[in-house]
Order: sequence, then C-alpha cells, then structure tokens
Amino acid sequence: MSEDGAAVLDVKDLRTVFETAQGAIHAVNSVSFDLRPGELLGVVGESGSGKSVTMMSLIGLLGTTAATVDGAHVNFDGMDLLRVTEDELRAVRGAGIGFVFQDPMTSLNPVFTVGFQLMEPLRNHMGMTTREARQRAVELLELVGIADAEKRLSDYPHQFSGGMRQRVMIAMALSCDPKVLIADEPTTALDVTIQAQILELMKELRHKLGMAIVWITHDLGVIAGIADRVMVMYGGQIVELAPVIELFKNPQHPYTRALLQTVPSVRGSRAERLRVIQGQPPILFSPPQRCSYSARCNHAFDRCLAADPARISVGDGHDVACFWDPETGEPR
Amino acid sequence: MLNYSIRRLLLAIPTLIAISLIIFLLLDLAPSDPTANLPLTIPPEVREKIRQSLGLGDPIYIRYLLWCKQFFVNEPLNILEQWFGWGSGDRLRVLSWQTRSPVVDLIVERMPQTLWVVGMSYVVGVLIALPIGIISAYRQYSWFDQIGTFVSMVGFSVPTFFTGVLVIVIFSVWLGWFPSIYDTTHQVTDWESFLFQVRQMIMPVAVLALFNAAQISRFMRASMLDNLNQDYVRTARAKGLRERTVVMIHVLRNSLIPVVTVIALGVPQIFGGAIITEQVFKVNGLGQLLIISIQGGDLPTVQTLTFIFAVLIIVFNLVADVLYGILDPRIRYD
Repeated sequence: MSEDGAAVLDVKDLRTVFETAQGAIHAVNSVSFDLRPGELLGVVGESGSGKSVTMMSLIGLLGTTAATVDGAHVNFDGMDLLRVTEDELRAVRGAGIGFVFQDPMTSLNPVFTVGFQLMEPLRNHMGMTTREARQRAVELLELVGIADAEKRLSDYPHQFSGGMRQRVMIAMALSCDPKVLIADEPTTALDVTIQAQILELMKELRHKLGMAIVWITHDLGVIAGIADRVMVMYGGQIVELAPVIELFKNPQHPYTRALLQTVPSVRGSRAERLRVIQGQPPILFSPPQRCSYSARCNHAFDRCLAADPARISVGDGHDVACFWDPETGEPR
Repeated sequence: MLNYSIRRLLLAIPTLIAISLIIFLLLDLAPSDPTANLPLTIPPEVREKIRQSLGLGDPIYIRYLLWCKQFFVNEPLNILEQWFGWGSGDRLRVLSWQTRSPVVDLIVERMPQTLWVVGMSYVVGVLIALPIGIISAYRQYSWFDQIGTFVSMVGFSVPTFFTGVLVIVIFSVWLGWFPSIYDTTHQVTDWESFLFQVRQMIMPVAVLALFNAAQISRFMRASMLDNLNQDYVRTARAKGLRERTVVMIHVLRNSLIPVVTVIALGVPQIFGGAIITEQVFKVNGLGQLLIISIQGGDLPTVQTLTFIFAVLIIVFNLVADVLYGILDPRIRYD
C-alpha cells in the first residue's frame, strides 16, 4: 500500500515482562515496528512467540495479570500509549484501535444480546443515544454481511453460528471507525470454508474503510493471500520483517525458512514426511543474551551463542536479525 | 417457561405424596411414645388408653390415610368455607397430640418469629456476601481477600451454638447491650418498642448471617473467578469499557447465575428455622416447634411440619430452575 505518509502506529523498543511464581518471564523483547495507513501487516510465529502479547501490551489489555510493559514509545494518533493515563488508554481501545479475537464462541458475552454488545462501544465512545446506536448497529451488521440485521440485534450469541459470531466481533471492532484493527488469529477457530468467507470479508472491508490492520496468525497461507508486509516473531522478538512477496521469495532468517518448509503442499511427492521444526520455543527468564533461536537452528555457530543478533536491513524494507547469510552459507 | 412450570408442579404431586408416605413410615419406625412425657404416676392401663384415644391402635395405613384426609382435604376446605362463608368449616383438622390444638394454627403462630429472625439473617447474609465475594474475587489474594477467606472459614466451620453462646456472653453478660432471650410477646407499637425489637434481633440475626454469608460469599467469589478470565471479559475491555462496567455488568451478570440458584435453594431452610440458633436465643419459631414435637413424640406435628418443608424445598427447586432460565438465555425449557 502507500509507502508515504506517517505511520499510524509506531512502536519502538517495546518490552513486556510477566512476574510469575517461577520468576520474571520476558515475553516481549525490544520489539519495534511501524504500521502505515491502510496497510495490512501480518504477524506470524509459533504459539508462545509473543505475537498476541505484543499487541495486547500496546493497548494495556494484559488485564490484571502482573505484567510490566515498558519501551521507548508507542505512538498512536499523537499520543504515546505507554505514557498516557488509564482513562486515555481506555478511550483509544475500541475507538482508535479495534480488536478481533481468536475464538468467536467464547469472545462474546453469552448473557447479553448481540445488539447490546454492539451498541456498548457506540454509546461509550461516540456518545450516541440508544436510538442512534441501534441504527448504527444495524448498519454494522449489514456491513459484515449478516442478513435480517434489525431482527438479529435482539438475538443472543448462542443463536449465531461460529462464522456469524466472528462477523459480529468484526462489526464490534469496526463500530467506532478505528484507524487500526488488530485481528488476533481471527480465522483460526473457524472451519476452512467459513475462514475463506471471513478473509474475503476482511479484504473487502479493508478497501472500503481504509484502516490499517495487524493480522496475527500462524497460518502462512492466509498471510500470503492477504498481507502487504510480514513480521516473523520468535522468542518475543521480530526476527524478520519484509514485504510479503520478498519474504516468501527470499526468506533470510533460518526460522522463517524452516516455517516456510513446514507448510504442506498439495502438489509434490506424498512420500515425503511433513517437515517440523524440532524442539520448543524458549521461555525467557532473562532478556536474551544470545540468539533465542540458536538452540533449534541448523546454522548456529559460536557467535549466535555469544550475542543476540541485532536487526539489520538486507534490502528494501527487508530486515532480519541473524548472523548467518543464506546467500553465501557463511556468517555475515 | 409457563408450560414448563406447570408441568413441574404437576409432577411434584406424586413426588410429594411419596414423600409424605415415607415421612409417615419413618416416624412410625421411630421408637417414640406420646405418653412418655406424662407424669410417672399414670398407670400403664391408662397410658394404653391414651394411646388408643390418639388413634395409635389403628393399622398404619388407616392412620396415614386419616392424616392425608385431614391435611389435604379438610384443611383447605375449612379455609375455603370460612373465607366464602359456604359452611361451618369445622371439619376435623390435624391436631397436635401435645396441645390438642390444630397443627396448622401452631405453625401460623410461630411463622412470624422465624421469618423475622431467620429470614432477616438470610437477607443480611446475602447482602453482605455478594459484595464480599465480588471484591474478594476481583482483588484475589489481596489483604481484603485473605481476611474475607479467613472470616468465611470461621463463619462456616464454627457452629452456631458456639458463636451464639459466645455473643451472649460478650454482649449480654459482659457488656449488657442486648437481651439474651428473644421476647416473642413483644409488640412493636412505637419507636421505642421498635428499637427494642431491633436490639433483641441483632444477636440471633448476626450469628446466622455470619454463617449464611460465609457460604454464599465463597460461592460468589468462585463464580466471579470463573468468569473474570473468560474471553468475553477481554472483549469487553478491548471495547474500551470502564473497568466498573466490565466487572459489574459483564462479569457479574454471568457470575450471578449459579449464585442465585444457590440462594433460592437455601430459602426453604429459612422456614425450617435455624433449630439450634432458635434454641440458643429462645426464639419460639418453627425450629423450636419441631424440636419440642420430636421430644414429645407428637407425630402429627412432626409429620405436618416435615411435609411442609418438603413442599417448600420442591417449590424453591422449581423457583431456582425458573430463575436460571431467566438469567441465562442459553437455557430454554420448552
């Protein structure tokens, strides 16, 4: 999308630490990225790589858990979200930044009608009266393709199917015309046909409404079809950040390359076993002193164990945090 | 919902008939003698005659059917006839063996004391328990929660005959603030007498309320904790709702569903009276009536009281289910 224009969201050096009984866990380590207007940024990585936590940290959604969020800045809409009051942050949530979560079956409150839940942010952020909010809620449901919207407002979440509930969640996230939509694995809990419908819907809405989207997923197929840029996360860090075509054509980080190899192909030999990345992502009890992927990396050498590689640019908008150069097969 | 309630009420009829029979048979098995409390000077032949006159010589099925007729037919017909002036309304009622007065009249006499003291303690207990449960869960492991947990444990595990006597010793004997005996004959006529009524109610109500609150606050806390980590709570926060709205509307509404059921199921216990607490504070309520009747071998009174408790339990089970259906839209009965 547009390369020019200031970023709508500019994150610099974000760090999140959870205090647990076992000790401090460094879930997000010095994450920096920006999001341009109208752009769709894909975030990929295994479970536990810090994708969701990063996005929830931005906006103070980690709740009552003992999490400390710190960093240089998170600039959004002329504010630094790390340094605003809780009330100001709350005003951004749902209004400036919308959220769609993974599991639509549990993300809606079962005892309130869909209409009530849709109208809540409208009344809260936009100061609408119940009548105006109702009108807008009907429009929103129509926007996300729910037939008979007027009538369905008084239905409860359990009267909707999974795909329909996710549409409601999307309508709710879009209700106050957010500049940024954060979609945390919005299609993971849905079956494939519904997933395709939701993807189509999001593509369509994105062009209609022109907001920037952060799309968290571990499905590289989804990312390939929808994203402009992709951010690969591992151990709470961004290990590679590149435009989508560049990333698939020319992956630099061993982790990205391994991830791409794990995607099963319909074509090709059936005799070949599905590839896996051996081992588990690390749990970091201290800020990384070495490359967090080194324990699972086929190319790790002494430098990887001695220092944490910094992010370097290897091309136009293509960053990677690795000491190893896949072109030459040698250390950079 | 209406159809469901009617169906449940109809189904309750055979259940209650079975319960009344079981109670009757159990009481018949119990080795009690209605003449045992009479003076020892009464010769055995006279005692036997007294037993015969109470109907104890009849076969058990005759006695059971007689009670059924008196309770299910005569009592309601008497009331109807007296209300509408159809007839004299003096069919034979269920009579207490001890006092020879109708059991239903005895119950009506004692109901107000029980409702005032035990009912009030339940209301107070619930009103205390809900906020404590909510705050304890929201601030889990805080000092408030720790104290709440401790007090709940004490309230739940220390029996009322201990706490009752303890507060009597402290507040009546040492401090002399409240009367140790509940005066049933006291009439509230003016401000002064109202204050006296409040003062004599404070101790029994406090003792029972502590016990009730201990139980319900634990339920409330557990239910809140179940819901606080749900995904929909995160959604509500992500919408930018005030923390107060998130907790007091989104979480509370869900958490109340099981708690309301527990509260409704506890209501019959109010009518059952708090037998021990009523004894300790000399409140002559239903609990005390039951104890006296059991001790005196007064089978018709025990039978009737126990049966009424059974009716209340069945009714409030239904109430709990209906409330469940109202509070939780996912539950549909028809």
